[in-house]
Amino acid sequence: MPLTATAITAAPLDVQGLAALVSAGGDGAVASFVGVVRDRNLGRRVMFLEYEAYEALALKALDRIVAEAREAWPDTRLAVHHRTGRLEIGEASVAIAAASPHRAHAFAACRYAIERVKQIVPIWKREHFDGGEVWLEGATADPQDEAARDSALRIACA
Amino acid sequence: MRVTVRLFARLRDLAGSGELVRDIQGPATVQGIWKALVAEFPAIAEYERSMSVAVNADYSRMSAEVNEGDEVAFLPPVSGG
Repeated sequence: MPLTATAITAAPLDVQGLAALVSAGGDGAVASFVGVVRDRNLGRRVMFLEYEAYEALALKALDRIVAEAREAWPDTRLAVHHRTGRLEIGEASVAIAAASPHRAHAFAACRYAIERVKQIVPIWKREHFDGGEVWLEGATADPQDEAARDSALRIACA
Repeated sequence: MRVTVRLFARLRDLAGSGELVRDIQGPATVQGIWKALVAEFPAIAEYERSMSVAVNADYSRMSAEVNEGDEVAFLPPVSGG
């Protein structure tokens, strides 16, 4: 199946495929980011993570992030895929690729996308650690929250 | 009228189910459905301030109207990435 710019999937992620998807021949820059399951968190030894998504809304939220990035960097194309299900240490949970004529825009769009994923995409991870398990909870998702969006933009352009 | 309630992550664990079908009296709001759920599952009350809500897979507000056949979702703070 051909790759799409956004996806929520139980299958392993393909960042090379995403980079190829967003690249046009004349681009000067392709930046990518891969989020990977870490072996420690808050002093705990992590065994594996379990990701759950509200798929229909998560996909719309990813589409929204792509549209926001296009607004901020009109010459940049972005793709974001997020994985669900059980992920072992070292496996990719999120893959992002951005292509642009200029490296600053490609880097910025990548960073913006991961910051926004953490703010507004309805996905949750349950950490299975040595001695127990816990649902991790971060941001209260609100796409209308302009302060959150501005914060992501500032981080992206720092 | 009949609505489907979706619960995720720890909210799902606390209620013991990720999908509930409930007959409620209309007209109703998301807030009204939440109150009925809290009466049924008191442990979820702590999420009232930190959660987000969605109606038919679009982010919404507690004050939003709910209609026959709608899917109403309650979402704990997200932790993707």
